[in-house]
Formats: sequence, C-alpha cells, structure tokens
Amino acid sequence: MSSHSFSERLRTHFDALCSDLLAQLRDGEEATVNLEAEETLFVRFNRNRVRQNTDVEQIGISLRLQSQGRTVDQARTLSGRLDSDHAALHALLARCRAELAMLPDDPNQVAMHDNGSSDEAFIGKVLAAEEVVAAVVGPAEGCDLAGLYAGGVVIRANRNSKGQNHWFSTENFFLDYSIYNGPQAVKGNYAGSHWDDAQWAVNLERSKALLPLLARPTQALKPGAYRSYLAPTAFADLIGMLGWGALSAAAWKQGRSPFKKLAEKEERLSSQLCIAQNFSMGLSPRFNSQGEVSALRLPLIQDGELANLLVSARSAKEYGLLANGATEGESPRAVDVATGTLAPADVLKELGTGLYLSNLHYLNWSDPVCARVTGMTRYACFWVQGGEIVGPINDLRWDESLYSALGSKLIALSTCAQIQPAVDTYFQRALGGSRTPGALIDAFTFTL
Amino acid sequence: MSRQRIDFEAALQHATRSVPWAGVRHSWETTAHRAVRNDRPETNASSLEEGAMCEVLVDGHFGYAATADLSASGLRRAFERAIASTRATSAHKVHAFDDTQRPQASGKFVSPRQRDLDQTGLDEITDCLLAASKAMQISPRVVNRSARAMIIQTRVDYFSSNGSETQQQFQMADVALAATAAHGLQSQTRTWSRTGQFGGEVFDRTHLGEQAGRVARESLDLLDAENCPSGTMDLLLMPDQMMLQIHESIGHPLELDRILGDERNYAGWSFVQPADFGSLRYGSELMNVSFDPTREGQFASYAFDDAGYRADKQMLIEAGVLKRGLGALESQRRSGLAGVANFRSSSWNRAPIDRMANINLEPGADSLDALIGRVGRGVLMTTNRSWSIDDYRNKFQFGCEHGRLIQDGRLGRVVRNPNYRGVTVDFWNRLVGVGSDDSAHGTAFCGKGEPSQVIRVGHASPPCLFRGVEVFGGQS
Repeated sequence: MSSHSFSERLRTHFDALCSDLLAQLRDGEEATVNLEAEETLFVRFNRNRVRQNTDVEQIGISLRLQSQGRTVDQARTLSGRLDSDHAALHALLARCRAELAMLPDDPNQVAMHDNGSSDEAFIGKVLAAEEVVAAVVGPAEGCDLAGLYAGGVVIRANRNSKGQNHWFSTENFFLDYSIYNGPQAVKGNYAGSHWDDAQWAVNLERSKALLPLLARPTQALKPGAYRSYLAPTAFADLIGMLGWGALSAAAWKQGRSPFKKLAEKEERLSSQLCIAQNFSMGLSPRFNSQGEVSALRLPLIQDGELANLLVSARSAKEYGLLANGATEGESPRAVDVATGTLAPADVLKELGTGLYLSNLHYLNWSDPVCARVTGMTRYACFWVQGGEIVGPINDLRWDESLYSALGSKLIALSTCAQIQPAVDTYFQRALGGSRTPGALIDAFTFTL
Repeated sequence: MSRQRIDFEAALQHATRSVPWAGVRHSWETTAHRAVRNDRPETNASSLEEGAMCEVLVDGHFGYAATADLSASGLRRAFERAIASTRATSAHKVHAFDDTQRPQASGKFVSPRQRDLDQTGLDEITDCLLAASKAMQISPRVVNRSARAMIIQTRVDYFSSNGSETQQQFQMADVALAATAAHGLQSQTRTWSRTGQFGGEVFDRTHLGEQAGRVARESLDLLDAENCPSGTMDLLLMPDQMMLQIHESIGHPLELDRILGDERNYAGWSFVQPADFGSLRYGSELMNVSFDPTREGQFASYAFDDAGYRADKQMLIEAGVLKRGLGALESQRRSGLAGVANFRSSSWNRAPIDRMANINLEPGADSLDALIGRVGRGVLMTTNRSWSIDDYRNKFQFGCEHGRLIQDGRLGRVVRNPNYRGVTVDFWNRLVGVGSDDSAHGTAFCGKGEPSQVIRVGHASPPCLFRGVEVFGGQS
C-alpha cells in the first residue's frame, strides 16, 4: 500500500468512526475525538551499516467525554479494520460513561465549541525500503556514519460533537545523522517532503568538510567564562528550554515558572530578542487537541520583554486569563526566533577568541527561580583564536542563567536562521520544529 | 485482563515459509493517569495500547514490522512487510546474527501484589489522592498541591518459530505527591513518590497522608532556608538521589550498545572501553553493583527479556572493579563480552535494544547515623531535582530538592538548591561509606534509542557517603 493510500484510507476510516460515535452521544454529553496515526519506515545506522529496520503502522484514537460538569479521557490503539474499531470505540464510550459516574465535579472544565474546520494534506516522496540503503549509505561510503532515517505519513485529526473537523496529514522524512573522526563527530540533518539524492549529497559533503577541523589537536580548556558563538543548532537547544515551563501560564500561576521574574518584570532579556510562535513555517498543524486554532503568529518575547505566555483554555478558565490556542501542556510549538545583525561571514571574526559551539547536550534547569540552565557541549565544538579555528575542544559543562545568556551577555544574533525539524520519535513521530539564528554571547560560564 | 483470540502460530508458519526464523511479541497494556491538584480533579485519562511486533531473521539480519491489526491477514501482512524491508537492508547489516540470539524459552512471570489493581476502584483512588491533596494544605504559602497516580497493567506474550512461548504479566504503579511553596519571587517544590510493581495496596490513605504533610512542611522549610553553601566537602546522598546517580553514571555507560556505538547519534557513547571489563577500578572497594531483575516488587523485574533470554541477577561491579556490561545476546555476540538479559522494548511498536532494568547498589555496613557521624563538614541531599551528564557519561551535574548541613557529625539546618558536580570514575572512587538499609526507587521515563523509546527502570540503594565533592547552591 502506498503512503498516500494509507492517508486516504485513514480519512475514510476516521470519518466513519466519528460519525458513528458522535451519533451515540446522549443529551448533555459532549465529546472530542483525536486521531494520531503514522506509517513509518525507520532504519537505524551504525558505522554506515544497518543496525535495525522497523516498519511501523500505528493508529491511535482518543476520546474526551464531558457530562454533568465532569471530564474523562480514554485512548486506545486501533486495528484499522472498521468492524473491530467500531466495537472498540463503543467500548471506549461505555468506559468513559462508567468513569464519569465515579468522578467528582471538574470546576475547571471547558465547554466544547465548534472551533472551525481545516484540511491540510501534503503529499511527498519518501524512500521505499529497497531504496534506503543505496540512497543513504552509498554517498556515505568511507564515513563512520551513525543515525536514523524515518520516512512516511504522519496524520493528526480532530472532530467534536459541536461540528468541529480538522485534518492534517503530511508525508515526509528525516535523516538525523552524525559522522565520526574517532571520538569527535559532526552532526547533520537532512529532512524534507521529497527525497533528493543531490540535496543529500550536498548536505553530507558540508558535514564531511568539517571533519579535517576535528583532526586538529584537541584543546583542553579550563572552566571559566568564555566568549561563545552558539550556532543555530546549539541556540535551538538553549531556546528549547523555554518549552520546560518557562512560557506556561499555568506554571507561572502555580509558582513553577523559571520565567516568573520575567513575567513579573523583575528581569528582562536583551532587546535584540524576539521570539514568536509562527505556524506559517508549515511544520505542524495550528489546531490543538481541543481543536482550537492558534494565531498564525503569536509573539512570545518581544524586544526582550514577555509579550504572551501560552494559555490553554483550561488555564484561562481557572485563572481568568485569555486563551490563545495553547496545548494543555502550554509548550511552544513552531518557535521562530528573529534574526539579528551578525553576518555568517563575520562570525569567527566577531567571536575573536572563544568557543564555537555547534551543539549542546542534556540541558536542565539547575536553579529554576533564576532561570539557570546547565548542559554540555557536544559534537563539533572548537576553540577559536584571533578569528581562526584552532581545534576541537574536550566537551565542557556549562551553567548559566538565561537572564544573562539571553540578556546582558547577548552580543548579537546572526542574520541567517536555520529550521530545525522535530526529530523526536518517542511513542510516535513528532511534528513541528523551530527556526533559530546563531547567537554570540559574552562570558558564557563553563564549570567543568 | 481480557484479550482477543489471536492465531500467532499460523502467522509464524506463514513467515517461516520465507525465512529461517520468526518471532512475534504481543503486547497489551493499560495505563491510567489519575491526578488531583488543589483538591480538584486535574487528569483522568486512560489508554489501551495493543499490538504485535513481528520479527524475522533474513540473511543474518533481524528486522521488524509492527501492527495493531491482529487478525490473521493483519499479522501476515506485517510479517511480509518485515521480510521485505529486512531483505532490502540485510546486505548492509552491521553484524551477522543467527537464531542463537533468540534462544528457545518458555515460562511465566507475574508481578507480586496483595490486591489486584483491577480490584481498586476509581472512586477509592480519587478519594485517596484528594485526601493527600488536602493534607498538604497547611499554609497559604503552599500554593500548589498535587497528588497523582499512574497505574499500569501489562501482558507481554512472546512466541517464536524455534519454540519459545513466554507469558509475563506486570502490575505497576507510580504514585507521587508534590507541594510548591511560594512567596514573592521565590518558590520551592518538595516531592515524594513510590514506584514499583505492586497492587492496590499502594493506595494506603494513611501513609499517603503522612507523606503529604511532610512534603508540604518541607516545602515551607525550603522557602525560608538559606542557599546551600559552595565548596569542596563531604556529600551524603539519600536513596532517592542515589537512584539518579546510579542510573546516569553506572547504568548508561555500561550499556554495551552504547559502547558499540549504536547510540552515538542520540543518547551518546560511553567512556567505558571493551578492554575495561575485568580491570577498570570504577569506584572504591565499597562499591558493589548488581543487575537484578529478580528483586520482588522492584519496577523493572521480569523473567525474560524480549528475545526470550532468561533474566538472572548478575554483578556488574564487585569491590569497585568493573566486571560485566549491560548487553543482551546480540551485543554479547558483537562485542565478545559477558552481559545480561536486557534486550527490552517500550511497547509493541518498538524493536528491543539494550536497556537497564533494576541496577542496584548493594548495601554495606553503616547505619545512617554512623554515616552522618563520620562527616566533618558536608551536606545531606535528598530527592533528585535536576540532572545532566555528557554523552560519554563523564561530567555530571545533579541537583536535589532538599539539603541538610552536616557539621562535626551532626545534622544541621535545611539548605535550598543543593547541587553537586563531578566526573564519574573520580566520583565513585570517593565513596567512603555505604549504608546498611536500602530502598528501591524507579522511573518510567528512561529515554534512549532510534526510534526513541522510554522504558521503566528501578534502582535500589542505601545512603552513600562521598568525600571531597564539589557542592554548590543557587543564586537566589
């Protein structure tokens, strides 16, 4: 079966299931149904050889039932066969009703509405199983390549008993990889909707070109404060921490937000910093699991000040705020950081003497009240002296407050931004991504 | 636990017309998330995950296809997908395997429980969580009071064409409390959790109420506390922080698939080299670490891994010397190293890889009071809050929720934002005291693999004393 037919078959299947299920609702009951499905070929590589190949076809459906001021959610995998899936959904509805009868009232419940309809379907050209090895491994012959190819269709859809109806399907792929020179490596990513051998070859050559720099003598640096350039991939890692409660309205109201001082204007970030949620990048659907549609562009940080927290409908109800289409977890989607004034050709010159960091690793809040984050350097990171790359570094631990790194210590953002497509594959393939420029930061604090 | 009738035998016969070996792992799992916050229901969400992973051996290469269509035609189609994609990739396999990596196995495993989770009603669970939430309401400064439970029931059946047939049934619960105290711009959170294989007896209203009162009081203590001092000093870690220390700086670096490079593009490599087994002094002579999937009630106990390899207790580190890695039969074949039965997958839609299970630090001789009594100047740290380590598992920095100063062998005042950092082998060689009483903890969210998967792990440890560690506090 082609990927396109999987998508079309699922659309018909979902329509039939929803029509039947929603017709079963009794007076006073409201329901929202979400579909998350994919048909994906995963091929994992080590030493430019295939370690594991896994072909996954999965369909998951979730049902939220609300009645008499109570809320319950039930989800399950579906077989894709109409007879058994009808029966499964009837059983799901029965379980929801049984649980509702035992639950206390939910004062923060949000009534369901018809938030409109949308239909987006993107057809691509991904590699078939018999094409993957030749396409990926061939150009990388002679390289020590490790990584993951994932390609196929990903679907998100949403219906509710008020008439809301959203569909999003996309056929795409990513090849998330690293190539090695002994213990040192360059990280790369090739992603898109149409596999192109020539584009992959260019992408790989760009990564391979960095390998000679890794062969230079490794520089052992002592802990201290170093002027540092975070390439767009590294800066995306740092900005990713904003998804760990920093921009959540609920986290702020519940005393858990690392950006509490920013929200209450006790701190501010650099006026160069503008961050928005920008769905015009087309990386993920605008509707959330309640079918609410976000603004095409929602400013989050504007000129260094908080412009908007992410407010889910449930938080809005509980705290008397205005909802802005956020997911219930209130993490940013489609993050877009505005570019600055630092031309790519001037990066090393402006860095002068310091660290060029391609990637960061394993970030975590180390002192949440002060928005302090710790993490490691990873992959191709270099010591730069007088605007020239001297050699790779031994990985360093850093520990720095975002109020400093994105505030007083932020010297400049680059004029070019890169899209980092989501490559998360926990439970299912993620949609989305972010777009970030590089960032030149003064006296970034390294501790180990 | 009801299941539909599925004809796996016919599916295996269909597959073995084309390939020399085939296996199928059927997984059925329900997970219920129950949560209340500030005495109101927050989450009541349940899920049922059911599907089959069809596995084939083609030209020395194992490959997989996952399906939730468990009809005869659905399983046949999944096997055909597995055969086609494995045939297409086998010429470039990383290693040539055979069916000795899938030993014939038969047997059953059932989690211990005093009372089936099925017999524990939603109303009873909700009542218990609401009572815990209310027990945290001891001050207006405790602004957020949450009580939650994750209740998991799993059945995994595994069949193979060389005669394997195993059935494993697990009942698991993760019950957690959190109190956040806030005043002005300062806030502090204190938590408690109980995680493992047990039944409805975990919903002990009295015990949960006691823990709820304690975490609320301690969140207020932290709000008023000074920051943890900075400097090189003794560090006494309680079991709920030792869990993380063991997980990140012993468990992950000993995984053979990391050492073999499979994880380099995602979770990372390892500082451990194949030649280190049998010779590397990983820690002091007080350090004894086991892989123990046989410990009753611990979160990651089981009888067979996902390749049908029988699971036994094995010592990984003895008297501080590295002895054995965490790798199952495929990694053992590739590396020539001794390993353990840890080829595990998160669910029906992921292929197994080398994972931790229960990795435990064996108890020593000292009481907690005796360990405290040996400290001239130091900090006792409890409950992990922050964790970060490099991709070779060397340089780590961990933070805890709660600290107590120790001066001249006596416990002193509470300090907030306690953190410490170090380098793995150097740190474990600073181990100077191991407590006599351990306790088991665990997490359901150890992430690894491409495609990625989270797995359940358990870690039991007594309190442990380390000498001369870099300790520091927060800025606020």
